Amino acid sequence: MATVATAEQLGTQAPRSAARRRGWPVWRWAILLIAAIYFGIPLYAGLKFAGFKAFTQVTSYPQFGSAFALSLRLAVIATVLTLVLMVPTTVYVHLRLPRVRRAMEAITILPIVIPPIVLIIGVLKVAPGWLIGTPDLLGLEYVILAMPFAYRSLDSGLRSFDVKTLVEASNSLGAGWPTTLWRVVIPNLRTAILSATVLTVALVLGEYTMASLDNFQTFPVWIVNFEQNSGPVSVAASLLALFVTWLLLMLIVTLGSRRARKHGGGEVTLFSVSTQTRQIVGEAE
Amino acid sequence: MTMNAAAGTEAGGSVRGAAAGGAGAPVVLDSLSRSFGAVRALDGLSLDIAPGELVALLGPSGCGKTTALRIVAGFEFADSGSVIVDGTDVAPVPAAKRDMGMVFQSYSLFPNMSALDNVAFGLRMRKIAPGERAKRATALLDMVGLAPQARQYPHQLSGGQQQRVALARALAIEPRVLLLDEPLSALDAKVRLQLREQIRTLQQRLGTTTLFVTHDQEEALSMADRVGVMKDGRLEQIATPSELYSRPATAFVAEFVGTMSRIPGNYSGGDEVTALGRNVPVHGEHASVSPGEVDVLVRPEGLTVEAVTGGNGIVTDRTFLGSLTRLSVLLSGDIAVKVDKTSTAATDLVPGTSVQVSIPGTEPVLIAERA
Repeated sequence: MATVATAEQLGTQAPRSAARRRGWPVWRWAILLIAAIYFGIPLYAGLKFAGFKAFTQVTSYPQFGSAFALSLRLAVIATVLTLVLMVPTTVYVHLRLPRVRRAMEAITILPIVIPPIVLIIGVLKVAPGWLIGTPDLLGLEYVILAMPFAYRSLDSGLRSFDVKTLVEASNSLGAGWPTTLWRVVIPNLRTAILSATVLTVALVLGEYTMASLDNFQTFPVWIVNFEQNSGPVSVAASLLALFVTWLLLMLIVTLGSRRARKHGGGEVTLFSVSTQTRQIVGEAE
Repeated sequence: MTMNAAAGTEAGGSVRGAAAGGAGAPVVLDSLSRSFGAVRALDGLSLDIAPGELVALLGPSGCGKTTALRIVAGFEFADSGSVIVDGTDVAPVPAAKRDMGMVFQSYSLFPNMSALDNVAFGLRMRKIAPGERAKRATALLDMVGLAPQARQYPHQLSGGQQQRVALARALAIEPRVLLLDEPLSALDAKVRLQLREQIRTLQQRLGTTTLFVTHDQEEALSMADRVGVMKDGRLEQIATPSELYSRPATAFVAEFVGTMSRIPGNYSGGDEVTALGRNVPVHGEHASVSPGEVDVLVRPEGLTVEAVTGGNGIVTDRTFLGSLTRLSVLLSGDIAVKVDKTSTAATDLVPGTSVQVSIPGTEPVLIAERA
């Protein structure tokens, strides 16, 4: 058993920063600079092209509000459904069907390799009639689309702690399954759940193909449609969407990481979940 | 990391009320069998545990001891046989309803809860009022000497502290039976020793019937009232530690518990065997041993050794054990044996010394088919 405690887990901010500074050689700064230029120049060019005035005009354009609201609504539907479906499934597979894990990995990768149009037709075939033609159906399609990302986040979260022992400990203390899931498993999966949420929200807010094929005007579809009318306003809307999405994700990440740090768990970042391996503090006695 | 002395008085009063209320249920394991595919993990295991008794199941990896514990806990089911607690077959009772406290090998504290909340978890499940819950959990933490760490999270505690919290958590629910699944194996030697004593003291004070699974014979012999040695899903022998050591029933038990040397002997049937030129009484299960050449199993203290020119062996190594020194002696015929001698008398017995190894013949020995 490793008895090394990371500075992060000990909650010592200063040594961690110092260690990071020491651990950042010049080549890393160079890569960071190149990446910053790569991503920064298009953003700067977009800002310059759109001009400040376009930003003030964006919200006043027709259907901006409804398109943005629809995207947010779909993000909420997809995230809630994804978590409700995937958390119990992944936990069950880990605890009771560990041999099925490989099959699950293969199945959950399918939405990435299957073309969106095929997924749409598949969903239309099995969806109940009352859902067809409503935007909520798009939410269901997004659940399928988010599955590979959500499964991987939750799977890596479950691998990071001994879920079997915790569940058995909880059972032995008198907790039934629902209580164990709610009070023991989910709190310890917080980082993974946040990561799945971040990925699902980001995916839905940026998804164009399915929404366009289904003829729903989500925010990305609105931007593309609007581009025909006004280039600068369209670019301003894209940048605004980027900024709002970024703010939303930062909010999720900050709230999640604060609690996760308190319990010694991993931190959520915009693009990854840091390892949650719970190294214990060395024998202090 | 000594136990809080106050636990026996002020805090202990409330703890007894909290933790000792459900002490001492008798447990019977009746012909338990369990297979995993082609592997037979348990093969008709039977065991009676008296109320308040601490029984250790000792055996090598894969002998079925953990399977037995998990069946008692309700995490596994038996293919046949039954577990009877306080006169009731618990087979249909789910783990959550069995009222058994369990301490696991790996750190099993809930990472999202403080030490206090971990200990109070079982009480919460029993719908104890928050005030009473906190009071009882605090008393239990005090009992294991961790009251100052009540608000700390598991990642802020050392391994030893975590296992003490886990013990307090298991005791908090006033378990009818306490199950310990190698709770010390992940700890370093010093902490292991301290926690070993603490578990035994608490168990004796609270009188909780305890089943303890370990592969560490020192742990089993030092903590348990009785030790059951398991092999291939069966109980080879269950006895008090001293009886297990001095009168092992089988060659497996003899060689698994403590150090044992094999010396060639000649068995003509009956109750005596000839070894190192002397007739020695035989004990244990020797009915199945065929007359003829056999191995005589002897403990290091069951042999004597003297420096003799032209003796029957040569000292090859020596290990200082404090008051005793353990000598490795190579007898003629390439037979290696271990012999204990008081350290003061063993000063001259350096490697290379010619010695005479003898068997006193006063204590009965165990015999086994020639290996």
